[in-house]
Amino acid sequence: MGRYLAKRLLIAIPSLLGISVVLFTVLALAPGDPFGELATNPAVPPEVRAALRVKFGLDDPVAVRYIRWIVAMLQGDWGFSFASRINVDTLILQRLPATLFVIGSAQVLALLIALPVGTYAAMRPYSFFDQIASTLSFVGFSLPTFFTGLLFILIFSVQLDWLPFVYRDIDATGWRWYWEHLRQAIMPICVLGLFQAASMTRYVRSAVLDVIRLDYVTTARAKGLGERIVIVKHVVRNALIPVVTLVALQMPAIFGGAIVTEQIFRIPGIGSLLISAILANDTPVIMAVTFVFACLVVLFNLIADVLYGWLDPRITLG
Amino acid sequence: MDGSILASPSAELAEPRRKPRQFSPWLDAWRRFRRHRLALISAIILLTMIAAVLLAPFVWRVAINDIDFAEHLKGPTWNHPFGTDDLGQDILARMLYGGRISLAVGLSAMAVAMLVGTTIGAIAGMSRRWVGPALMWLTDLFLSLPALPLLLLVIYLFRDSLKAAFGPEGGVFVMIVVVIGGLRWMPVARLVRAQFLSLREKEFVEAARALGASRLRQVVRHILPNALGPVIVAATIDVAAAIIAESTLSFLGLGFPPDIPTWGRILFDAKDYLDIAPYWALFPGGAIFLTVLSINFIGDGLRDALDPRKVM
Repeated sequence: MGRYLAKRLLIAIPSLLGISVVLFTVLALAPGDPFGELATNPAVPPEVRAALRVKFGLDDPVAVRYIRWIVAMLQGDWGFSFASRINVDTLILQRLPATLFVIGSAQVLALLIALPVGTYAAMRPYSFFDQIASTLSFVGFSLPTFFTGLLFILIFSVQLDWLPFVYRDIDATGWRWYWEHLRQAIMPICVLGLFQAASMTRYVRSAVLDVIRLDYVTTARAKGLGERIVIVKHVVRNALIPVVTLVALQMPAIFGGAIVTEQIFRIPGIGSLLISAILANDTPVIMAVTFVFACLVVLFNLIADVLYGWLDPRITLG
Repeated sequence: MDGSILASPSAELAEPRRKPRQFSPWLDAWRRFRRHRLALISAIILLTMIAAVLLAPFVWRVAINDIDFAEHLKGPTWNHPFGTDDLGQDILARMLYGGRISLAVGLSAMAVAMLVGTTIGAIAGMSRRWVGPALMWLTDLFLSLPALPLLLLVIYLFRDSLKAAFGPEGGVFVMIVVVIGGLRWMPVARLVRAQFLSLREKEFVEAARALGASRLRQVVRHILPNALGPVIVAATIDVAAAIIAESTLSFLGLGFPPDIPTWGRILFDAKDYLDIAPYWALFPGGAIFLTVLSINFIGDGLRDALDPRKVM
């Protein structure tokens, strides 16, 4: 397992480097100046601007600038936010937990829905339950997150008045504090989780369908194992292997959904940070957040690979 | 069937020409597609929506920017079937206008994605040396790029210069289409490559090669048409994804400029009035949902129709 993990980590490095090259190329190709804000500011005299350009090496060749940038990123020197007046890394570290909490809980929710529903639907293909489930999952992944978010607010906040519709500061203490936090996180988690569950259910169903007719399942039944054990230990475990791949491939889309959800519910995460940074022309923050999102995608792919190795012991040997 | 070669010149004489039963792969696919009830209904809904969006401006002659404060935030009435927004502008007229943009973006972005994806997939599938693996590494790299943040980044960086080059509407259109298309070609490339890898070893390609067909002719005339089925399915799904991506950008306030009412933009404007004017958000949101759902069902129907291995 250790060697497998190390190998995976080594494979992740080139793709991270590749992503950083893509990001930097986009930035370098862009017209205008990352210090445009300073250039238009009449309070900054031209010679100061020129000195700043030299100091930050903006007139150097692209390759040199890329290397300097990547070295700085690796050393944790992510620059300074023009808009918030603090270091970018502190800013992101403040915002990251909220994002990870919402995304993580949404994934758990999606798994809790998709695994039982998908498996049950595949055990009785083309039954009434299966047809309802597949129609609902079609509806689910055709509903864009921004519309589901608004619908949820409309139903649960405006009409029923059960849940708060945006995040806000909570001054309660003790259990009440946790309760209030949970209450305001319910809707975003459901929006993301249900969207995710819809496509996951389809994957689980087709993966289980592929596996359930194989001979080893018949063997397991023939040796007298209960249906429950056959399904849970023999069918689902193997069916999960392709599901993990597909979920990992979906990760970028999930982060996209997270940005939208954070924006709708005003969650103080890195997604809403990205949007506000774009609206405020805060280039260092935009670059850093985009890079963090890319790192998270690679990280989740890595986790998927590890899960892969756990689900399918043959891979570890290879 | 035209194009088929008779075994002998007398074959035609032996069997007097009966009324030939029309049979082609496309007709067969249509027969299979019709059996998917939901896909058929979806196709009708989508065609109706396209027709409505294209033809309605000739029927529904209300300007999209006709400001009337006396009528602002009114629910659906006969004068304004979908109600009015905070400036008293007619939501139906705005949605019909926005629908054209959303559908145009979806179709054009799909075309870009298909073009790039098919080209890269075809080159990777035909190459026998290092080009294929290198292109696939690039594909995997793009697959792990976080699309929406990158989309936002590119729009942030290039917005102004494209606006200067193509005008406010055209610039954003070109950019959104190119970027959405440029970030969605990867699944197609993988699909096409996988198809090419198996098809290029088939006997009929070998026969074409033996007859002296050039590589380009092998690809264009023999391999590509046979790899088209899954590509068409992916293309359908991509239209839906591109529409969602465009609406997302507009919904975040970073897509088309405010005076161009795409469906996402109308939702963005409506979201602060959810408590007093819910219809304002429900109509454009419902339109996006209905379009995407129909396209997804059509894709599902096409998957059934174009997969010859599938036993109906």
